[in-house]
Amino acid sequence: MSTRIDRRFAALKQEGRAALVTFTMAGDPDADTSLAIAKALPKAGADVIELGMPFTDPMADGPAIQAAGLRALKAGARTSKTLALVREFRKSDDATPIVLMGYYNPIYIYGVDKFLIDAKAAGVDGLIVVDLPPEEDEELCLPALKAGLNFIRLATPTTDDKRLPAVLSNTSGFVYYVSIAGVTGSAAPDAGKVAAAVARIKRHTKLPVAVGFGVKSAEQARAIAACADAVVVGSALVDALCKSLDNSGKAGLGTVKAVTDLVAELAQGVRAARRVAAT
Amino acid sequence: MSAPQPNSFRTGPDERGHFGIYGGRFVAETLMPLILELEKAYAQAKADPKYQQEMDGHLANYVGRPSPLYFAERLTEHLRKTASGLSAGGAKIYFKREELNHTGAHKVNNVLGQIMLALRMGKKRIIAETGAGMHGVATATLCAKFGLPCIVYMGAVDVERQKPNVLRMRMLGAEVRAVESGSKTLKDAMNEALRDWVSNVADTFYCIGTVAGPHPYPAMVRDFQSIIGHETREQMQAAEGRLPDSLIACIGGGSNAMGLFHPFLDDRAIEIYGVEAAGHGLKSGKHAASIAGGKAGVLHGNRTYLLMDDDGQIEEAHSISAGLDYPGIGPEHAWLHDMGRVQFLSATDDEAVAAFQLCSKLEGIIPALEPAHALARVLDLAPSKPKDHLMVLNMSGRGDKDLDSVAAFLESKKR
Ligand SMILES: Cc1ncc(COP(=O)(O)O)c(C=O)c1O
Repeated sequence: MSTRIDRRFAALKQEGRAALVTFTMAGDPDADTSLAIAKALPKAGADVIELGMPFTDPMADGPAIQAAGLRALKAGARTSKTLALVREFRKSDDATPIVLMGYYNPIYIYGVDKFLIDAKAAGVDGLIVVDLPPEEDEELCLPALKAGLNFIRLATPTTDDKRLPAVLSNTSGFVYYVSIAGVTGSAAPDAGKVAAAVARIKRHTKLPVAVGFGVKSAEQARAIAACADAVVVGSALVDALCKSLDNSGKAGLGTVKAVTDLVAELAQGVRAARRVAAT
Repeated sequence: MSAPQPNSFRTGPDERGHFGIYGGRFVAETLMPLILELEKAYAQAKADPKYQQEMDGHLANYVGRPSPLYFAERLTEHLRKTASGLSAGGAKIYFKREELNHTGAHKVNNVLGQIMLALRMGKKRIIAETGAGMHGVATATLCAKFGLPCIVYMGAVDVERQKPNVLRMRMLGAEVRAVESGSKTLKDAMNEALRDWVSNVADTFYCIGTVAGPHPYPAMVRDFQSIIGHETREQMQAAEGRLPDSLIACIGGGSNAMGLFHPFLDDRAIEIYGVEAAGHGLKSGKHAASIAGGKAGVLHGNRTYLLMDDDGQIEEAHSISAGLDYPGIGPEHAWLHDMGRVQFLSATDDEAVAAFQLCSKLEGIIPALEPAHALARVLDLAPSKPKDHLMVLNMSGRGDKDLDSVAAFLESKKR
């Protein structure tokens, strides 16, 4: 069964370049602005859209994404509204893959079966759930695969060769390599180390390998894109959004543009990488 | 409450850390290898008689165990007088004196076990979360004793209301980091400790303060705290020639309660009561009673009862007691509740403060606000029992840390 994610990575392989995966928080700073941002992302250069599902207690996130989640919740975000955002997006874009990323509790409370049906119907392609390691695959991973959604797993610097097969076993779509042991938005990873880690993962799987955590600039995106199949940028975009807000935390006139400008820069970095690699 | 009864209540968890549907290992991949390593190291330590011997030595000479089982005679008499309507009524009340341990609470029993394990594992840096500060103080204390650097995460609200403990931790050489995220209490301190652990995987040991978190923590902390119940069995046999009729303890995450309860779970005639914090009242929405007011969900590595809204967003807990101010409960308690083996009650801020004052004046023991919640329920349970009923309250900590909070509370009531 091929999904939008599979098709997008196949097409980019043909093009000979890495994908830019953008992370923004659904409902941040409010539902309408967040939809406007999502709609503008593909044109700005995003190849895959990751949408954060807000949660009160994001244990693996740094201050930027914590704050984004709380802004969204304050503006009334909830799981059903995240799915509504995806439904709206799909009315005008049937090609760009959408991956929801978050924590398990809101999905568990929504009801796993109902969530999978509704997410699939809304046009969601994949899920990344931070607090569901392979040891808990029966909870959501296996039902999601059965429902035709990709379940994308995180591999980390602590995932050794002995453990990698377990992490990869029920993974589909792509593998997300967390380039540093840390929370989102931490210091930038060392490109040399990342290349070695990606090579190590590729010895175990044919899936595309995306690299994220700590990528902030076009230059860093270029360096990572030279050795990985995709570059994920989150905290930097969320930070750009945050800086564009007015004093009361509301979206300003420049909020959508603040995000898309940075996405365009990052996309250039990603596209420059293979040119360097090719020459 | 009509769940099929197991042959034993003491065999959990299964190898994946489940107590019925509760427990488990809901953590980020970065932490998973560390948790598996911890599980293995703990199993090895448990099987090593030298580890247990060394721990026994420290428990006796450093912690000051065994803690006494004390007959609270004046409280018993007081409640027998007020039980006038029920002429023959009034249980005989005993306190298990965990407040006499070094550092002033039961927390040290668990911390000793974990720090000795950290040393065996070659870990060089200890982190902990704390609410009331008692777990933080115990961790800072043992880190001082064993020469380890110690970082304690504490919600900014708790830093404010438990100042004496912040000063103690700093005096002991620990670094106290005030957590400004979320509700700035215990749950946020735990989030921040988990974030630290994810960022410092190579050398850091996370010393969790209660029977919660990912497997193996709930089982491991329970094992370390079970010395409370084991001693109580022996001491009650010595004092009364038989086992007690009921046990009662307060529930934050549930470690002092589980430590007392676990060795008695299969003595099915014994009534067991856990007391949650009802804050301003269960109906007010401002409380910390996750069994009474929550439902099953996933947070901090385990499935358990949690306070949350209908979207699965975790709600802030409210209690005058910083140590009970947590929107969850250990997974084994969640299971024991579903099985009907432990009955969960609650006590409000008002009731806890009244019990705090009564105990201070009648027994010369200033209890911590946490066990004062359990004491509040003793005040109405004991009179309803016959005179030969033996009731044990876990006096989990002493109240020096709470004098400011209680004084401020009483002052606010006057206005
Ligand atoms: C004296 C005392 N009792 C009880 C608790 C609550 O924790 P637990 O339910 O794990 O025993 C605390 C926590 O800080 C405490 O300090």
